[in-house]
This record gives sequence, C-alpha cells and structure tokens, in this order.
Amino acid sequence: MAKPSSKAFSVLTNGIMKENPVLKMVLGMCPSLAVTTMARNGIGMGIAATFVLTGSNIVISLIRKIVPDKVRIPVFITVIAGFTTIVQMLLNAYLPDIYKELGIYIPLIVVNCIILARAEMFASKNGVGLSILDALGMGGGFTIALLIIGSVREILGAGTWMGLTLTKNIFDPAVIMILPPGGFLVFGFIIAAINKISVLRVRNKEISSGCGMDCAGCVGQSGENGGDLQ
Amino acid sequence: MRDIVLIALGAILVNNFVLSKFLGICPFLGVSKKSSTALGMGGAVIFVMTLASAATWTVYKFLLEPNGLGYLNIIVFILVIAALVQFVETVLKRFIPALFRALGIYLPLITTNCAVLGAALLNIDNNYNLLQSVVFGLSAGVGFTLALILFSAVREKLEFCDIPPAFQGLPITFIAAALVSVAFTGFKGLFGI
Repeated sequence: MAKPSSKAFSVLTNGIMKENPVLKMVLGMCPSLAVTTMARNGIGMGIAATFVLTGSNIVISLIRKIVPDKVRIPVFITVIAGFTTIVQMLLNAYLPDIYKELGIYIPLIVVNCIILARAEMFASKNGVGLSILDALGMGGGFTIALLIIGSVREILGAGTWMGLTLTKNIFDPAVIMILPPGGFLVFGFIIAAINKISVLRVRNKEISSGCGMDCAGCVGQSGENGGDLQ
Repeated sequence: MRDIVLIALGAILVNNFVLSKFLGICPFLGVSKKSSTALGMGGAVIFVMTLASAATWTVYKFLLEPNGLGYLNIIVFILVIAALVQFVETVLKRFIPALFRALGIYLPLITTNCAVLGAALLNIDNNYNLLQSVVFGLSAGVGFTLALILFSAVREKLEFCDIPPAFQGLPITFIAAALVSVAFTGFKGLFGI
C-alpha cells in the first residue's frame, strides 16, 4: 500500500514544487502577469483555473480510450472551453466583484497552455484518480505562483496586502509595480531569485558531497558574487 | 470616422495588446529573438486577427445572439478561429505559396494565441459594429507586431551584454520587456483614450 500512495503524493507535489507551471515551466504567462496587480485577484484566477483544470482532467481521463488520436486536440479544447464557460457563469452569478476584476481573462482560461499541456501530457495517459491529483497539484502551483507575484506587486505598488495597509510609514508605494511594466519586472526578478537559489542548492550539495580541500576556489567564487551584488 | 481612428490608435499604442494587456506573451517571448522571425509572426497574427475579428463578429451577431446562445461564445469562437487558421493555411498554400512559405510555421501556433481570442471577445464586450471590429482586430495585430519588432531589436542588443548568471535567459528578457513596456505607458492619456 505504501507504493501507490507515495506515487499519488509525488504527483500532487510535482506541480507545486518541481514542475511549477509558472515559476519553473513558464507556462500560462498571460494571466500570471495580467491579473496579479493584487494578491486577491491572483488567488481568484488561480482557483478559477484550478477548477477548469480539474474538470477537464477528469473528463479527458474518462474519455481517453474512446477519442481517436487524430482528433484529440480539438476534443480536448472543446472540453476545456465547456468548463471555462461554466466557471464564467458561476463567477458571474456568485462572485460578481472578482468577475469584474478578472474580466476578459476568465474566458481566456481556455487558451491557457497549462490546461492543454496537462490534458495532453497527463490526463490522456493516466486514470481518473491520478488525473485529479495532478490537476490539484498543478492548479495549486499556479495559484501559489500567482499569489507570490500578486503579493509582491501589491505590497510594492499599493502598500497593501489583501486590503490591509502595510507600508504606511515605511516607504511610499511605487505605482509602477501595479502598472503593466511592474508585472514584467517583478516576474523577471522572481525567476532570477529562483535561479540563484537553485544554483546555491546545487553548490551546497556539491560541497557536502565531498569538496576535498581546495577552499580557495569557493572563496574566489563567493567574492565574485559579492562583486556582482555591489 | 473619428471613432475608427481612435480605436486604431488605442489598440496600437495606448492599450497595446502585449505590453499593456499581456495578451500573446508566449509568442512575444518565443519568436522575438530575431527581427526576421518577429516580422513573420507579426504578419501572420495581423492576417489571422483581422479575419478572425470579422468571422467571430458575424457568427456572434447572426447566429448566436438571435438564438439566445451568447453564452456559447467561448466554445464557438475557439472553433471558428481553429477552422479559420486551417482554411487560411490551405488557401495560402494553394494560391499564394510565397506568403505561405513566409508565414507557414507560425500559422498553427496562432490557434492557441490568446491575443486572437482576446480580440474576438473584446469586440463583443465593447459592442463594436463590423467595421469597428475589423479595424480593432487589424490594429491590435499591428500593435502586437510593433511590440514584437521593437522588442526583438532590444533582445539582439542583449546578446552582447554581460549579464549576471542568475539573470541570464528568461529573467533579463522579462526585465527588458518591462523597460519596453515603460516606454509604452508614455502613451497613456494620448488623445484622451
């Protein structure tokens, strides 16, 4: 019993960490940059996309043996478009505020490459249970990424987070962060930070796995990095 | 006439699809490494966007709206765009092979380009008539191409820069995009749009 559950766990966490669709695979950039002017909108978009992803993964996994290979992409897109329409109607009916804020980006979930990518790469090859976990993991990773980008932009650009005023006496918010250029800028810096962290992690592993004696190289390298920072 | 000019300028400069609406970021990053590919992709997008605006508007106004099926617009639009891209590909291949060779590889990619679907949906949201929709689609495509070509020039320069290791590749590309986008925010408020 231990084996299948550990596989399920790794499918679930894969989307959040290792293959985070936004931060690692750089998919679905349009909504990631467009709606993240506020942390709340990021979460709204993330949940809407997760709903579509879960629905389409379930249906596609169920029909994967019936659909002929040649017409699978149009079929997948039609399924995704159906769920996108459902989300649009639900948001319009129950959360009109979010619906207004996200606007045209809700119908555009249908062309979000994350969803088609998971349909093609995962749901069309795996059973329903695993497909649901995959959708939740990928959707969770997408939501977390949007929350991070949205939080950074909201705090720096408006001085608030989820509507709470944070930076009143610390610094004046830079409005450009919630304007379109801020989206590109914040995302660039977040990816750079991830690159830096993963490089550090690899370097630590190398050191702990037996560096030998020669520490001069390490000192030289850290000196170099210090230089870069200044 | 005035509203047509305003729609065109608005879509090209003020509300540029890529730099202020974040539509079509994938091709924007994918094919902007060289000016020549940027031009090819831009041409294909202008072509498809103009036709798709006309086609989706016609389908919506004459087929969906009179039958109370407006809520089906997402499904129908994406199928119309996919069919249109196929059709354009076949026609170009048969009658204008030179243009097909120039645009060929970019055409299939356009089906999932959110800029094309975005233009179709915005036409309906903004209640444009057929002429306004076509002008909007055309100028949104021109704006996309303009952003792509400007950005490809920036990226060609970036090739020769000394960039810190963590910023190499995507991060510096996004930061360069931010700077190009700052330039376009300068158009905000132009002609009161």
